[in-house]
Amino acid sequence: QSTLVVAEHNNDKLTPITLNAITAAKKLGGDVSCLVAGTDCTKVAQELSKVLGVKTVLIAQNAAYKGSLPEELTPLILATQKQFNFTHICAGASAFGKNLLPRVAAKLDVAPISDIVEIKSPDTFIRTIYAGNALSTVKCNENVKVFTVRGTSFQPAEVEGGSATSEEVAALVPAGISEWLEAALTKSDRPELTSAKVVVSGGRGLKSGDNFKLLYDLADKMNAAVGASRAAVDAGYVPNDLQVGQTGKIVAPELYIAVGISGAIQHLAGMKDSKVIVAINKDPEAPIFQVADYGLVADLFKAVPEMTAALSK
Amino acid sequence: MSRVLVGVKRVIDYAVKIRVKPDNSGVVTDGVKHSMNPFCEIAVEEAVRLKEKKFISEVVAVSCGPAQATETIRTALAMGCDRGIHVEVSGKDYESLGPLQVSKIFAALAKKEEASLVILGKQAIDDDCNQTGQMTAALLDWPQGTFASEVEITGDKVKVVREIDGGLETIKINMPAVLTADLRLNTPRYATLPNIMKAKKKKIANVKPADLGVDIVSRACRGTEWDTVGSLYEQWRSRSEHGALVF
Repeated sequence: QSTLVVAEHNNDKLTPITLNAITAAKKLGGDVSCLVAGTDCTKVAQELSKVLGVKTVLIAQNAAYKGSLPEELTPLILATQKQFNFTHICAGASAFGKNLLPRVAAKLDVAPISDIVEIKSPDTFIRTIYAGNALSTVKCNENVKVFTVRGTSFQPAEVEGGSATSEEVAALVPAGISEWLEAALTKSDRPELTSAKVVVSGGRGLKSGDNFKLLYDLADKMNAAVGASRAAVDAGYVPNDLQVGQTGKIVAPELYIAVGISGAIQHLAGMKDSKVIVAINKDPEAPIFQVADYGLVADLFKAVPEMTAALSK
Repeated sequence: MSRVLVGVKRVIDYAVKIRVKPDNSGVVTDGVKHSMNPFCEIAVEEAVRLKEKKFISEVVAVSCGPAQATETIRTALAMGCDRGIHVEVSGKDYESLGPLQVSKIFAALAKKEEASLVILGKQAIDDDCNQTGQMTAALLDWPQGTFASEVEITGDKVKVVREIDGGLETIKINMPAVLTADLRLNTPRYATLPNIMKAKKKKIANVKPADLGVDIVSRACRGTEWDTVGSLYEQWRSRSEHGALVF
């Protein structure tokens, strides 16, 4: 038994969710290998070789791997699979993993398993369905199990103490049917949403994009990330990458502050594993209060500036 | 002229509070309101807009499932699709129908219909798999523009702005291609009464997976078995019982 973890990175640094995927891979038992494919990613390979529990780091470098296009990475993973015969192939359930692994699975003619939250045994996994309203236990009888891992459900692997060997994997002839042009990444000095210890999220109650400044001010006092409900994204207040919920990001911070969010089930799916949930809403009947540890029935336009002021003292 | 296949899945309506069956074998679907998966609505809207802008000439709505799937196809026809294909899968076969088998059906249809684009929703809100578009592209060896928030056709290429974790990225892919719709791609239109009436006259072809050369039976349950389903509501209830302190 052996597992391949497809590493996500930007050629400079490993994306944290890869560490959660490595923990899931270690739980399966057997050897853990990581594949790093990029344009110039030796630094990432070095970083990975120190991660505790990784046995082999496979590295493939080629200009074609720019932008991690699935059309280019899939043949590489298939060639790697042919060489090493892994029993499991996984990646984090991020935009990268969700885009790539189903393509790999279809090419292997196996049914993949998305966004697992628990491993019962090497062939039995738990995942959520219906926006987290129900848990589904999935027994996978495929020869190769292909799955993505929910980051918040597995601890990150230790980044020190490992001593993996490195191995070059030959890059393949580019498929050349797709081209990566550019990325427009949201620039922020705040912590990254899925790994922040504190998250302040806003919903339709904020009434406008400009009013999100109230949340940014509060977040900055707490070194928090800012998130949003789908309603706030739909209304155009904030960009999609802030969306927390079933079809957005899954977060599980120490503290989650939901401001002006009613608490639709689709939103709760994305934040219910937070350690402490605080809700501020003027509607005492809002469903968010059912999952909150602390609820404040108040006008957010008054309460939030008061909190920010209190934290400034 | 070019043709688009658009996938429409019938799911339990997003506003319904789902219930798990007492024997944990699945969720209760009988007598529960169903509607078109919201991301499929966005896919339909995008396909219809591409036709209105004359980039394509025909939009074909496809749904796999029991007889009721035709209702979902009708909705797509009322939104502006030209015709429908109902891939009939029912009973036990439907219960074990997963994204891999659906992808095989879409790939076979895309070839048969000589489609230049397949547009699907990025994920269905029932199984939350987020796989079918990627797998359809893989089986066809076509490029994929997933989680699209902007689509622009120029010649035989599609420029796709994609929703990624840190923001947006832009890719350019060859046609034919598979696209999957994210939330901000567009706002789907409502079907107007005259269009609903008109849709009744549009044709829906009925095919079986076997007609397309797709074997869904021997694949059934080989990959995944939905063993037990347990409600998270219990977990939440116990959470709120320890007392939300409401001020």
